[in-house]
Amino acid sequence: MDNIILEMRGITKTFPGVKALDNVNLKVREGEIHALVGENGAGKSTLMKVLSGVYPAGSYDGEIHYDNQIRNFSTISDSEHIGIIIIHQELALVPLLSIAENIFLGNEIATNGVINWKQTFSRTQELLNKVGLRESPSARITDIGIGKQQLVEIAKALSKKVRLLILDEPTASLNETDSDALLKLLVEFRKQGMTSIIISHKLNEIKKVADKITIIRDGGTVETLDCHNEDISEDRIIKGMVGRDMEDRYPPRNPKIGETLLEVKNWNVFHQHHRDRQFLHDVNFTVRAGEVVGIAGLMGAGRTETAMSVFGKSWGHKITGDVFMHGKPVDVSTIPRAIAVGLAYVTEDRKHLGLVLNNNIMHNTTLANLDGVASTGVIDERKEREVATGYRTKLRIRSHSIYQEAVNLSGGNQQKVVLSKWLFTSPEVLILDEPTRGIDVGAKYEIYTIINQLAAEGKGILMISSEMPELLGTCDRIYVMNEGRIVAELSRDEASQESIMRAIMRSGEKH
Amino acid sequence: MVAETSAQKTKPSIGDYLRNNIREYGLLVALVVIMVFFQVVTNGVLFRPVNITNLILQNSFIVIMALGMLLIIVAGHIDLSVGSIVAFTGGLSAIMLVKWGIHYSIVVPVCLILGGLAGAAQGYWVAYQKIPAFIVTLAGMLVFRGLTYVILQNRPIGPFPKDFQSLSTGFVPDFLSFLNPMPGTVTNFFSLVVVVALVALAIYYGLRDRRENDKHGTENEPFAFFAGQMGIIAVVAIFLGYQLSTYKGFPNVLIVMGLLIALYTFITTRSTIGRRVYAMGGNEKAAKLSGINTERLTFYTFVNMGVLAALAGMIIAARLNSATPKAGVGFELDVIAACFIGGASASGGVGKITGAVIGALIMGVMNNGMSIMGLGIDYQQLVKGLVLLAAVFFDVYNKNKG
Repeated sequence: MDNIILEMRGITKTFPGVKALDNVNLKVREGEIHALVGENGAGKSTLMKVLSGVYPAGSYDGEIHYDNQIRNFSTISDSEHIGIIIIHQELALVPLLSIAENIFLGNEIATNGVINWKQTFSRTQELLNKVGLRESPSARITDIGIGKQQLVEIAKALSKKVRLLILDEPTASLNETDSDALLKLLVEFRKQGMTSIIISHKLNEIKKVADKITIIRDGGTVETLDCHNEDISEDRIIKGMVGRDMEDRYPPRNPKIGETLLEVKNWNVFHQHHRDRQFLHDVNFTVRAGEVVGIAGLMGAGRTETAMSVFGKSWGHKITGDVFMHGKPVDVSTIPRAIAVGLAYVTEDRKHLGLVLNNNIMHNTTLANLDGVASTGVIDERKEREVATGYRTKLRIRSHSIYQEAVNLSGGNQQKVVLSKWLFTSPEVLILDEPTRGIDVGAKYEIYTIINQLAAEGKGILMISSEMPELLGTCDRIYVMNEGRIVAELSRDEASQESIMRAIMRSGEKH
Repeated sequence: MVAETSAQKTKPSIGDYLRNNIREYGLLVALVVIMVFFQVVTNGVLFRPVNITNLILQNSFIVIMALGMLLIIVAGHIDLSVGSIVAFTGGLSAIMLVKWGIHYSIVVPVCLILGGLAGAAQGYWVAYQKIPAFIVTLAGMLVFRGLTYVILQNRPIGPFPKDFQSLSTGFVPDFLSFLNPMPGTVTNFFSLVVVVALVALAIYYGLRDRRENDKHGTENEPFAFFAGQMGIIAVVAIFLGYQLSTYKGFPNVLIVMGLLIALYTFITTRSTIGRRVYAMGGNEKAAKLSGINTERLTFYTFVNMGVLAALAGMIIAARLNSATPKAGVGFELDVIAACFIGGASASGGVGKITGAVIGALIMGVMNNGMSIMGLGIDYQQLVKGLVLLAAVFFDVYNKNKG
């Protein structure tokens, strides 16, 4: 077990004007699970791209030793050939092809270009058994959930005789059950002698499975922690990532709660695509002025769907129920109407649903309220500039100017641009869907601070999050959702990870 | 990380600036180079006053349709039906003017409305039924071509009344002939005065914008580039204006085209509608979730295209002095090519009116130059195809490099 399988020495990678990696060292022993952590943009993914040959030898400085030999990969297939397989955050599966076709894509079992389907399917079945996925090899990728897709990727890696498996944020879009299954699988592989490198933001998961943790900050290695020799707390890891102590991960809250702003009653919604399936059942909730209300639940519980169906019926079908603002019934049947009554929805998917990536910060900021900077359809450039500059300063968006394209911003700054856009519509209630997803620790704190400020200004905040500590740290009241129903409402004192999980589990038994 | 490093960057060097904006300067330089090239190989025929006038008359409708097509492409769609709508509205105008004897002051607006309806008929399927524009307008291309044959009963109709013809072939009279200092050479002094005035205005506003930008800390292009660009534009414009003034002055269509270019530049850069089209093309879902009625916006970009195609149809009919069922065949390809040569992105969200106009002019000059050289239509097509591919390759190459 003391065999070093991989050593990366003094890796330095420069992009025009940016030093992405600066003398990074990484040592991985055979048969261990090695976690790689760091803030977004710290250089983790770049390092893995160097390792897997996405950036070919010669485009970086430093040496890669694998199996005690210096390796120079010029393409990804060079690294795959000797058993280094990387699974990216965005899965590389073809949705309309079957599991078997995907696993052997580019590597088909064939003679003279004719595929041997019988062997393909039986080999696929073997691989699926190994990863514990109970699906037919002929099932299409699009018909199985994201958790299972992740397992297909791993099965694909196994088909290539993987020795060193690299997983980039494998559990980012998985629910707790699927994440646990995946982590167990990694532990299982470790027993069989496979080595894995896992990149993750979820420190609790890393603590569960990792043997070693290497922390990267600003393109350099900070330290490697050995999880067997010392007891490593999450705070200890965070300290390494941000370079300072994170005394309190959540800013203090002194809520001043006022009248009820938003009230949703008897909200029933059918599924957007499977139109005969009822997805939300009799959902009721309220948000008061100055209050931060959380919605907890597993992936697929119906949280995002609740938010989007209320926000201008932007999700779902056959929607019934009543929405009140300040106690008066309001019409939220279209997005412009929902905005007009004072609602704003900050999406969980800022790249696809929140930002126009090739537009600059200014254009994104004013997009939802262009009339606010225009008269009779003509944009007042000076006013627009002032608005964008104002929010850039207020929310501390780090960019060289308001003319920087959104695509070039970090996750945290992109999120602030989306927030700017919605704040400029002067909403009374903001629905924040996973507002800190994919954002590094420092920027998360800033987002929490902004949320507190908004509540202090008397706005109502409805926050959807999959990270329970985040809800517990920021919310005054938490609704728990499961399978399209609200199954519990917990006050700040009642709420804990255990009470939330208990509410979910109990409701699961009932139905 | 990207954000922070670029924040440290101070003023970009001239080299950086050129690299970042190579597309815009490149396009202008390409146009000038092509003009000079054909001026030389045609032994100066290209820039003869008569030929410049011809160039304008031959290409005005492509430019006019490129304005609408750019909006469609920026919105993330395509319109293949414009050539057929050109023939259809040309035919309608001929029937109303020639057969029914209706005055052109009624026929012109009616045809514009009918063109708008043709656009609406297609926009509906694209915007509200979510059928890809390629398919809808391919159908439209066949339907409107067929309708044209039906209404014209397979025969050309003409000639048109003189006043309608002047829409296309008329010239702006010389209002300032009494001030003309050199009546021997300059036959339309008014046009020369207008060109000089426009150039002066452009320089004035350009300088004013730079001052504004300085005040607000917005990046300006290096002065050398500003001066160079303005210089080229001024020299070319005044030269062309002078040449025109020694002939009959401004063709009427040049005025129509100029006003429309100004209007659409304003719409795309300054109006909320324009901004929304760009946002929609850049990310339709995000635009929709920001409260933009993307269906209605898409619908109206097609209506707009229909109106401009109708205008082009009448200009062409008036120029040929006859409406034929074969009018406008293949025009959609010239118009679309002009937009892509001008830097529009096939995936939407990117493109400029000035780019599309210069793209159309590049195609126009090449067409005209090659005709003068006596190259057949076969070689013209071949060269145009290669130029389109080269221009788009240039875009992609720059993007990957940067």
